[in-house]
Order: sequence, then C-alpha cells, then structure tokens
Amino acid sequence: MTRTVVETIQVSKVYQAGDQIIRAVDNTDIQIQAGEFVALVGPSGSGKTTMLAMLAALLSPTSGQVIIDGHDLGQMKESQRVSFRREKIGFTFQANNLVPYLTVRENVELMLRLNGNLNRTTRKNSEELLSRLGLGERLDNLPNQLSGGQKQRVSIARSLIHNPSLVLADEPTASLDTERAFQAVALFADLIHEQNKAGIIVTHDLRMVQYVDKVIQMQDGVVANVLTDPVEIAQLAGMGVYSLPGTAQSGLAAPLFSKPGMIALAAD
Amino acid sequence: MSIFLSFKEIWRNRSRFLLFSLVIALITVLVLFIAGLAEGLANANREYLAKLDAELIVFQENVDLSTAASRLNRQTLLQVRRQPGVAEVGPVGLSNGKVVFMDGRETVDVSLVGIDPGYPGGASALTGNNLRSRRAYETVIDGDFARQSGIELGDMLTIITIQGTEEESYELEVIGISDGRQYFFQPSIFVPMQVWEKIRPQSNVGNNAEITYNIFAVQLEPGLDETSMAAAIQRNVDRVEVVDRVTAYEAAPGYAAQQSTLSTQRAFTLLIGVLVIGGFFQIQTLQKVPNIGMLKAIGASNRTIGIAVVMQIIIVTIIGVFLGSLGTFLLSLALPAGIPIVFSGVSALTAILSLLLIGPIGGLVSVRLALKVEPLMALGLSA
Repeated sequence: MTRTVVETIQVSKVYQAGDQIIRAVDNTDIQIQAGEFVALVGPSGSGKTTMLAMLAALLSPTSGQVIIDGHDLGQMKESQRVSFRREKIGFTFQANNLVPYLTVRENVELMLRLNGNLNRTTRKNSEELLSRLGLGERLDNLPNQLSGGQKQRVSIARSLIHNPSLVLADEPTASLDTERAFQAVALFADLIHEQNKAGIIVTHDLRMVQYVDKVIQMQDGVVANVLTDPVEIAQLAGMGVYSLPGTAQSGLAAPLFSKPGMIALAAD
Repeated sequence: MSIFLSFKEIWRNRSRFLLFSLVIALITVLVLFIAGLAEGLANANREYLAKLDAELIVFQENVDLSTAASRLNRQTLLQVRRQPGVAEVGPVGLSNGKVVFMDGRETVDVSLVGIDPGYPGGASALTGNNLRSRRAYETVIDGDFARQSGIELGDMLTIITIQGTEEESYELEVIGISDGRQYFFQPSIFVPMQVWEKIRPQSNVGNNAEITYNIFAVQLEPGLDETSMAAAIQRNVDRVEVVDRVTAYEAAPGYAAQQSTLSTQRAFTLLIGVLVIGGFFQIQTLQKVPNIGMLKAIGASNRTIGIAVVMQIIIVTIIGVFLGSLGTFLLSLALPAGIPIVFSGVSALTAILSLLLIGPIGGLVSVRLALKVEPLMALGLSA
C-alpha cells in the first residue's frame, strides 16, 4: 500500500508588487506517493520553484495546506520548520550545493551532524553510498577538486544520507553537460526508487523526464497537466528543453541505461 | 556543529584568517605601545610623588599644587608636626641640577631632592645606605639612573648648578642606590637638606635668608582617614593646602593633558580596530552569503550559523591579540633604555581585555548579516 508523502490542498502563494497582485501559485492540489519520482516542469515564471520552496518548508503559502509526511507545515513555528527541513527533507540545489571548506565525506556527513546522528554506523553508510556513486576515491577531496558531475553526485548523497521522507532537486542539471545531466537524474531516480522516497525534480530540461514516474506541468501558477502514462512522458521527454507549449526539439542523445543497484558512469 | 564549521573553515582558509589575525596583532602592538607610553610618561612624571613614604603632601596655598611655586618655612613645618594624628613630617626641597661625567659622556639633567635624613620624603636605599648625616656631601641616587649610567656605590657624582650667574660644581659621594624615583621626567638624587640648600640653583649667592622648602611629606598615625586629616591640617595650619599623593601628582603641569591625549589615542586606535576588523569580517561574510543560504535551506538553524560566525571572530581575535602581545614583548626588549615605555600588569591587562572585545564588537555587523540571510536564496528566491 503506497503512502502519500506530499499533499497540497488548494495552495496559493500571492505577492503584491505595488498595485499589482501576482499569483505565483494559484489554488494548486498535488499528491506524491512514497517511491514516486516526479518532475515539476514549466516555463520560467510558471510557479514551479515557488511550489518547490513551499514543499521544502522554506516559504509559507498565502492560503491552503502543505502536508508533508502527515505534517501540516502551516501549523509549524519557524523553528519547527527548520527542524523539519533538517530531518525530513533532502535537497539538491542548482548551485552552491557544497560547503567549499568541507571534504566530500564531510559534506555528506553534514546532514548527519546537523541531526546529531553522526556515529560509526552512519559514517560507514555515508562512505558506502559515496562509493556506490563512484566517489570512493574522492572522500577527502575538496569541492574545488571535483568535476561538476562529481559535485552533483556528492549533493545527491547528502540529500539522501539522513533518510528523509522527501527529496527535492532544484534544476540539478543546470550546470552539467548533457551526458552528466542524464547520469545525475538517472542516479536520483534509482536511489529514490530503491529507498522508497518521494522525489521531486524541478527542471526546464524535458529530456530529463524520461526517468520520472509522473510529470506535473505548471503554467501561470496552476497545474496545467499531470502525466503518468509512460508513453506520454516519453513523448514529452522528446520535446527537449521547455520553451513555449507545442515547440518540438529533436536530435537528442540516448541516455545511459541504469538498473537499480548498478550505476553506469561515464568517465569524468 | 558550529565549532566544527568554524574550525574547518579557519583551517581550510588559514592564510586568509592568519592575515586577519595579523591585522589584529598590529592593532594590539599599537594599543599596547600607546598604553606603555602612557604608563611610562605618567611614571616619569609622578614616580617620586607616587612612591613617597607619606600619606599626605602639604603645599603652600593658592599655588595650584605646583611644587615649584610652593614655599613653606620651618614655622609651618613645626605647626604641621604638632597636629593630632600626624606621626611625622619631612620637609622636601625640589630643584634641578646637571650631572656631568668625567669621561665626556653627555650630561644628565636630574631632580635634586633635599630631605631631612630619618624623616619622610626620601627614598630607601636598596643597596648601600640611606642618608644619615645632615651635612655630608652624600647622595642616594635613582636606581634606573645608576643602571643606565653605570654609577656604582662609592662613586663620586659631580653635579653642576647655577649659583647667581655662574655654574658651580659639587662632588657628592654615592652611598646608596634606591628604586626608580623619576620626577618631572628626570631621575632624582637625594641629598641632605642642608647640602641641598647650599648646592641648589640660587639667583642670589650668599643670601642668608631663612630656608624654605617646597613641600612637606606627612606620615599619619595608623588607621586615620586621609581625607579628614588633610582637611584638619588645612584648617589648623595657616596658608597651606593638603592633598593625598594621587591628587598631588595628577596636578603636576602637563600630566592631565598628557594622559588624556594618550587615552584619546588609545581609544581611537581601538575604534579603528573595531572598524577594520568589522570590515574584514563583513566582506568575508558577504562572500559566504550563498553558502549560508544553502546551509539554512538544508536545516542549519540561525543559532548554529550565528555561533559559528562568532566563534571564528573570537578565535581570530585571540590569535591576533596573542601574536600582538608576543610581538610587543619582543619589541620592548629591543627598545633603547631611555624611552619612557612601561608595561605594567594592570595597564597591559586592561589593554588586552579591550582588544579581545574589539573583534566581537567589530564582527557584530557580520553576525547580523549572517543571521538575516534567507534560506530562500538557495533557490534564487527572495522572501
């Protein structure tokens, strides 16, 4: 029986800029189950990053409810939201993911330290995860000694090491070349499925949606479409980078194939 | 967690943080040297009065506590001596002289202090003997002067003073060496009052006028309150002003102005330190804003971030103050003997404690900046 990890009920986020009212997110309902990897797509200004921020307990909705793992974020004080992010949410950002003065190992262990859960066992888990991600030889390297793809893999490991309920990724492939981008998202998908997490990736690159179970298309702050059919998702993936609705892209490279438990990596 | 983040960042960027510390060290050296100079100059001005073996000092009234202008006679001395609560009174004569060296070294200006042997006002000899005879041409000299000039017990000191319009020289046997007893930036040499009366600079030679003294040093019976005794003596003895030692030396010409100037310099140096350190940490924190946003987004609390920033400031400040104090100590060993710099425990400790505060105070702005960083920055959004 699947568990609903993410649920939004009539969630809105409204800003006022002078006399203008901006509805960044407008009465939106979404649901994501454990083990589901979801892509949140849409053009710039569609509200996907604002939605992500609300799901991450970084932003309070103007109205409606955001319920993560049974917890209504609207009922929490700020200090509770900080704790909630620390314990229940894993995050990969577009940039500035890693602490520049901590090694690969220390960056991943950061979540364990923040949660007061760093011990011999969790240290070993962190080393094993990093080895699985092809970073076993890089544990004591600093971020400036890593490639873009390696940094993203460290960030992925950090987002998962503390066993969160929800894993979020905001444009994780924005600074990667195509090959590394496919690798990173494939990795994410494998780990989320393997560990039965709920995962959300915000991306403007539709090619990445081939790895997801569901696509939520946002437009002007509302959910324009929800795709769950693999065929429709594959068709959407063939559209390339998200520009205007109906625009087709072609000539895309095939992704690297990965099965759960096996990570096929191209040389960095 | 905060300690971990602080130490890791400092260790990985140790060159940059060492630079911060060196700036603080430089400010520390400046502040400590100014403090030492203030103490040294104050000492050079007041040492004799500060170390006087008496609780109270009697001046002539209406001379603004000026030792040079004060004139007291024997009759007044006897009146003071008769006051209830007065244990002993010693007359003191103060004038200037010049010590000349036979080997051609530069002459040294000295304060010529006339005292009655066995009465308050003199300086105890640490080596050799105290003044005993009232008439012998003997002297007890300032220990710092003895050390700097190589004068030893038994040496004959040649002192020159102006008698009328002529320079006259006198030979004094060094029978004792005291601790440091500077007065008006000059080393003191103590002679019996009757000798002082003969050798002090005089405009009219052969004048047989009554001996006048500059001040009296008053020792009180044990347990008496200085303030009330000063008031009582002043009330009962004609035309005198009676004060304690601190009041006396603080009234010395230029003392207050000199000390307030140096205090102002010290305060401004500390203020500059606060601004410089504040500027450094502000720039450093600004560079870290995206990272701070990321840390908050993944669940680091404001408390964790704030303590990490404060800890770095404290560590860098402590290292800087330590290096600066060490540098000051080493520099002080190389200072020429004549420079009036004194590093006393209290003034150095006060300076060091002030310096330890300038880091945290200067860094407050950067702490505030770090606390105000929004975690939404990690997503490229604003609140």
